[in-house]
Amino acid sequence: MTDTEIKQATREDQFAKLAAAIQNHKGERGALMPVLQEAQSIFGFVPQDVQVAIAKGLDVPLTEVYGVATFYSQFALEERGEHIIGMCLGTACYVRGAQKILDRLSSELDVKVGHSTKDGQFTLNATRCLGACGLAPVMMIDDEVYGRLTSDEIPAILAKYREPKAS
Amino acid sequence: MEKIKLTIDGVAAEVDPGTTVLEAARSIGVRIPTLCYLKGVNEIGACRMCVVDVGGRALQAACVLPVSPNMTVKTSTPEIREARKTNLELLLSTHDKKCLSCTRSQNCELQRLCKELGVEDDDRFKGVQNVYEVDDLSPSIVRDNNKCIVCRRCVAACAKVQNVSVIGPVGRGFKTQIASPWSKSLSETACINCGQCIQACPVGALREKDDTDEVWKLLSDPTKHVVVQPAPAVRVAIGEEFGMPMGSRVTGKLAAALRRIGFDRVFDTDFAADLTIMEEAHEFLHRVKNGGVLPMITSCSPGWVKYCETFYPEFIPNLSTCKSPHEMAGALIKSYYAQKAGIDPKDIAVVSVMPCTAKKFEAKRPELSNGGLQDVDAVITTRELARMLKEAGIEFERLPDEDFDPLMGESTGAGVIFGATGGVMEAALRTAYEAVTGETLERLEFKGVRGLDGIKEDTIHIGDLDVNVAVAHSTGMASKLLDMIKRGEKQLHFIEIMGCPGGCVNGGGQPIVPADVRAQVNPAQVRAAGLYGEDESKAVRKSHENPEIKKLYSEFLGEPNSHKAHELLHTHYTARPQY
Ligand code: SF4
Ligand code: SF4
Ligand code: SF4
Ligand code: FES
Repeated sequence: MTDTEIKQATREDQFAKLAAAIQNHKGERGALMPVLQEAQSIFGFVPQDVQVAIAKGLDVPLTEVYGVATFYSQFALEERGEHIIGMCLGTACYVRGAQKILDRLSSELDVKVGHSTKDGQFTLNATRCLGACGLAPVMMIDDEVYGRLTSDEIPAILAKYREPKAS
Repeated sequence: MEKIKLTIDGVAAEVDPGTTVLEAARSIGVRIPTLCYLKGVNEIGACRMCVVDVGGRALQAACVLPVSPNMTVKTSTPEIREARKTNLELLLSTHDKKCLSCTRSQNCELQRLCKELGVEDDDRFKGVQNVYEVDDLSPSIVRDNNKCIVCRRCVAACAKVQNVSVIGPVGRGFKTQIASPWSKSLSETACINCGQCIQACPVGALREKDDTDEVWKLLSDPTKHVVVQPAPAVRVAIGEEFGMPMGSRVTGKLAAALRRIGFDRVFDTDFAADLTIMEEAHEFLHRVKNGGVLPMITSCSPGWVKYCETFYPEFIPNLSTCKSPHEMAGALIKSYYAQKAGIDPKDIAVVSVMPCTAKKFEAKRPELSNGGLQDVDAVITTRELARMLKEAGIEFERLPDEDFDPLMGESTGAGVIFGATGGVMEAALRTAYEAVTGETLERLEFKGVRGLDGIKEDTIHIGDLDVNVAVAHSTGMASKLLDMIKRGEKQLHFIEIMGCPGGCVNGGGQPIVPADVRAQVNPAQVRAAGLYGEDESKAVRKSHENPEIKKLYSEFLGEPNSHKAHELLHTHYTARPQY
């Protein structure tokens, strides 16, 4: 099997599991919550087509599925990237130009804050104070802390995490 | 049923069990302020504007609190007044307070409460403000979350009344906003453009897409011959925008006003309603005789039509192929009238004044055109016309009564009642009856299809036919009826469906009636009474007896459902995705 075939097969498998979960809970009061939880554990996140499948399966409006999914922070709407970037926007970082750095990250990665890059490598988040104000402006990538940042350092830092492009 | 006795602000009250404290207070003349409450639609006790003291530790929301025996209620203590004021000030801290340029100014429930409750500092809780993009991509509805107070009345109207559910709360806490899934614009959702959410909204967060500029432009363009037509329901509602009592019949003033602001011809959609009846009644009889698809379902309401295309596409073959009345009028203005007047159709612009926001979407449907020209060029709502008249300084109340222009200005009582639920059915039955039996119909009123029950049914004897008819209004009720048909519980031949509750008189483009007034009177009922009154006052009350309709057929169309009629007056539908 090629890579795409494998992906396709797992995806079909995942949707079959979702259908079973829907069948299990259908007709129950408040079925939406457990089904969303199962969807999250099957797929790792709850993307658009999964929400549509749940809406159809449980016969509830998509608006309700989306509303519940955005209400509880346990649900991720997008696949999380392999590396999670958290740019601190706490007061200390903010006054030292954190926004500018965040903008740079966003343009280097071509992704909006709160979202993941198309290749699935990075998720870019803005965070509250990380408690490292002495190092402001501060950014974390996974467990690594980067302090006293300037936006010109960003490309070099990202390069360390980028997977070499498959050629 | 035993009444419940209680005391409200020292006054004894007696009400039925199950009554809320809010309604009980109203019965003794105390109006407790509300914001999120919309009777029968949104009763969620969320905004806490209506708090009262019933002796417990905390203040209680009166709108969801049922009365209990010997309750002692205080509705206006210093503590209550302070709590309400603080609630308002909190709402204002995130509200875009640009009243001067807001369509709802002077008819805004938030503005009114601030004034009545004496809010002094509208910046008391000034802080971070969420800034939202305004969604103005829909041809019908504009959503501006910067003015939204998250009362959820629109959400309830869309879900519970209309069974569409394309808007809902998203996120939580301070960041909660009303939106469609995946932050899509309403234009990319299954929204049917009905505007019932606008009717529900207490503030200026929801409004119609304003097309008045476009109409002003047409009116000042010397190369354009601009023809206007108002729908039936407009004439029993627009007076309200000028301080006249609800349901005032102002047909003559409406014609005069349209002439005053510069339209070159003032025709009447009621004429086209009569024409719709001719086409629809004969289409129905044709289906009955030739084994066509039954039940036939009316197609005048573009909110309903899009609902059908999206949620019940299996019923598309049941939809009458008739265009809606104003679209028929548009097609004829650019052919029949153009010919008579010797004007190139390209130089004619047709403007419809409608009680309906969905008509804005409808007018842009590519299939509603002829030779590359849209049948209707612009649609404005009752509210937008009122704004234009005010802008032009026209004192509507003082205008004389004038007639519509001849050729397409005359109408019958049957055309007039199109604006109320059951009206299209009644009008069609008047004509179908005489067409089939060749006899004169003695009693013109079909009372079984009138009134505000969600679904009305009747069996009408027409010659040796027993016709089972049903009428549903609001798409929520329509879906109930269609589900019953799908389950095989109903054997029907002819169905009228209007997308809005009560029909066009309560359409999404009509004057907005605040929640506390809606709790007392139903505008659909009051305005419909105006239409039935006009029907009774007319000398001619059957569509096929309209002299201008007869002339139209003899000089231009030939017969109902003729080839030419089909070309100009009929259309087709497309299934649409739900997500
Ligand atoms: S919604 Fe009401 S309070 Fe807000 S700006 Fe408009 S009129 Fe003023
Ligand atoms: S216009 Fe009608 S369908 Fe669209 S959001 Fe408003 S209530 Fe819902
Ligand atoms: S848009 Fe209007 S009706 Fe809807 S939640 Fe906001 S304020 Fe309430
Ligand atoms: S809580 Fe009663 S009106 Fe909102």
